[in-house]
Amino acid sequence: MKRFLYVIPLLVLVVVGGFSILQLKQVGGGKAVNVLPSVLINREIPPFDLAPIQGRDRGFSSQDLLGQVTIVNLFGSWCVACLAEHPFLMRIKEQNLVPIYGIDWREKTRDAGPKWLAKYGDPYTLIGDDPKSKAAIAFGVTGAPESFIVDQKGVIRYKQIGPITPEVWESTLWPLIQELRKP
Amino acid sequence: MIRKLVLALTLMTVPLSVQAVEPNEVLRDPGLEMRAREVGKELRCVVCQNQSIDDSNSELAGDMRVLVRERITAGDSNQQVIDYMVDRYGDYVLLDPPFKAQTLVLWGGPGVIAAFGLLWVVMLFRRRTKADGTQEVVSGAKVDPLSDKERRRLNKLLKEDNA
Repeated sequence: MKRFLYVIPLLVLVVVGGFSILQLKQVGGGKAVNVLPSVLINREIPPFDLAPIQGRDRGFSSQDLLGQVTIVNLFGSWCVACLAEHPFLMRIKEQNLVPIYGIDWREKTRDAGPKWLAKYGDPYTLIGDDPKSKAAIAFGVTGAPESFIVDQKGVIRYKQIGPITPEVWESTLWPLIQELRKP
Repeated sequence: MIRKLVLALTLMTVPLSVQAVEPNEVLRDPGLEMRAREVGKELRCVVCQNQSIDDSNSELAGDMRVLVRERITAGDSNQQVIDYMVDRYGDYVLLDPPFKAQTLVLWGGPGVIAAFGLLWVVMLFRRRTKADGTQEVVSGAKVDPLSDKERRRLNKLLKEDNA
């Protein structure tokens, strides 16, 4: 009986360690593990109305998202991980898979976002300027990039924390978008 | 000399509570500003995670402070402002999370662990001395007290050792 007691710490270690390895493998395999599940999932998008960024004449408001399945992507020219996902967003745009709406978050200067987009390409249907985190806080964002999949009725169906990678796209986002498009 | 050293060491252990609220964020009305501070203390900075938004220098915390002030100025009660944030970030945004089904492990966990520890200690002490006076050693075998014959032999051996 006593001998058995001494094995307990080892057992705990194996269970905790095993769980950690499993989680790491899932992250490595591109499976989206939501660190903090958004409370906004399956709820309507928060109302917002953002001004256009420099060089565009239309901003972006919550009304623009109704009637189609969309991706809302929060980015910033200062954000390294956003640059990492950018080529993939361009591919989505080129293949016309789903419209991407951008929230340009916390740019230090008015022209920082537009310059960045001119350099790396602009995959966004509409872009709103969010220098004071108005929309970011409304969406419960903690860091960039974050992306939301919004259905035809303006209900948030999925939140992707961190870059959209080809793996996440294939395994989760694209199947979900196709599912939502079914009448 | 010693006094100065003691003072210096004592000061080192004083937690430095630094307010990150920027001067240009402060509201003109001191009453409203006081309420904004009360709300700010309860909200977690979602970037740095273990600071309130009032203590954090992160930009997002700064924007949250401004938002708190805007809503308070617009006539929201403290609770309404906090509810607004919880509505978007979940209970996670509260530095003092409420007790409910989802936070049961958080609140109950330490108690359960402490209870197990206590149980273990009690078991340990109860096993040390059994009611019949016999003692149990680590191997788990029961050992009877020394018989008279054994005691005499032990004394003899000890004497030989001393000699």
